[in-house]
Amino acid sequence: MTAKATTSSTWEQDVLNAEGPVLVDFWAEWCGPCRMVAPVLDEIQSEHPDKITILKLNVDENPDLAMKYQITSIPAMKVFQGGEVKTTIIGAKPKFALEKDLAAFIG
Amino acid sequence: MRHVIIIGSGPAGFTAATYAARANLSPLVVASSVEVGGELMNTTEVENFPGFPEAIQGPELMAKMQEQAEKFGAEILYDDVVELSVDGPVKRVKLGSGAEHEAAAIIYATGSAYRKLGLPGEERLSGHGVSWCATCDGFFFRDRVIAVVGGGDSAMEEATFLTRFASKVYVIHRKDTLRASKIMQERAFANPKIEFIWNAEVADILGDEAVSGVVLRDTTDGTTRELPLEGLFVAIGNDPRTHLVHDKLELTSEGTIWVDGRSSRTSVPGVFAAGDVIDPTYRQAATAAGSGTVAALDAEHYLAALDDAGAPEEDVAQIDGLPEADPVSVG
Repeated sequence: MTAKATTSSTWEQDVLNAEGPVLVDFWAEWCGPCRMVAPVLDEIQSEHPDKITILKLNVDENPDLAMKYQITSIPAMKVFQGGEVKTTIIGAKPKFALEKDLAAFIG
Repeated sequence: MRHVIIIGSGPAGFTAATYAARANLSPLVVASSVEVGGELMNTTEVENFPGFPEAIQGPELMAKMQEQAEKFGAEILYDDVVELSVDGPVKRVKLGSGAEHEAAAIIYATGSAYRKLGLPGEERLSGHGVSWCATCDGFFFRDRVIAVVGGGDSAMEEATFLTRFASKVYVIHRKDTLRASKIMQERAFANPKIEFIWNAEVADILGDEAVSGVVLRDTTDGTTRELPLEGLFVAIGNDPRTHLVHDKLELTSEGTIWVDGRSSRTSVPGVFAAGDVIDPTYRQAATAAGSGTVAALDAEHYLAALDDAGAPEEDVAQIDGLPEADPVSVG
């Protein structure tokens, strides 16, 4: 199970109105660290399919959301719960470090 | 047990891997999970690596180096070393995944990490206007006024790159001359969007939710002033990444790993170091590649000598098929 994509048009349904926590990975093709962290997020998603939903948002294709959430550095990973941002992680990190950052959701 | 484990996947690590693989040492490269390829992965055109007169993109150069190492049999692991034990003849490496590997020799080529300004606002506003990666984050500063701190090649490259997006790029430098190479300086001087602020250092980063400006301190008379900005890119140099070994290997006063003369031999037998982590001065892709070459040849020589000595330690005796010492290649 890999992380699926979300867009501006599905944002409300996918993220804001979701029941459980949703991690959104703000990324772009031209961002090397984004490409590196993508498989790590896929792994975390497959290991915790019931605890967290991981979605990818392409900032090139969805600049409105990148602007709304004041993204100025990618990869930026934001965990939403009840429509609100609960945690923000900036920059690619190894799996064990991300697991630590996400312990409140996947622990 | 392995002959050699190489830690790091920049020009030093991959070049060491190519040489070690060609010496039939079947190297294992611990390449990291999210920083494979090292610092060059976040650069654009590399114009000074020999053999590429038309320039090559940093990530492409690193992909080629990896391909070359793998072609000769290097095994690449996308994992991170969390613990290293170097005492005795068997070196042990513990990875983030929990896996452990053993080798008779280690080549330590972890490179360097971006140096921070050390200001209170820096961590808090990281990702909110403070950045260390122009190629990742420049896109978000379209038509904004931003600044690059630093006076070296990296600072010039970032400033020049960022003019693709920003309306104005200040370069803040604490001296009145640059460390950068002449060609990079001239390119920045000629760029109408770049303005230099000489003899100034960043004393404070302003902004609650996002960067709104900086306080500049004049390095000649100590006076301060505010400069409104929406982004601050920090390119003030790098520090060697020695956190795994700082209490295991001897370091120099500059913080790099000490090596014996022009060799890659560290203070611990069987542990070799290469690239930025031993280099306080040059820190180029080409010098790191050369340094990785030295480390592989030193490791090969060390392993061959162990074999010649009849491998007295029981653990070492488990290594099969060590190549013969080749005095020409290491001389």
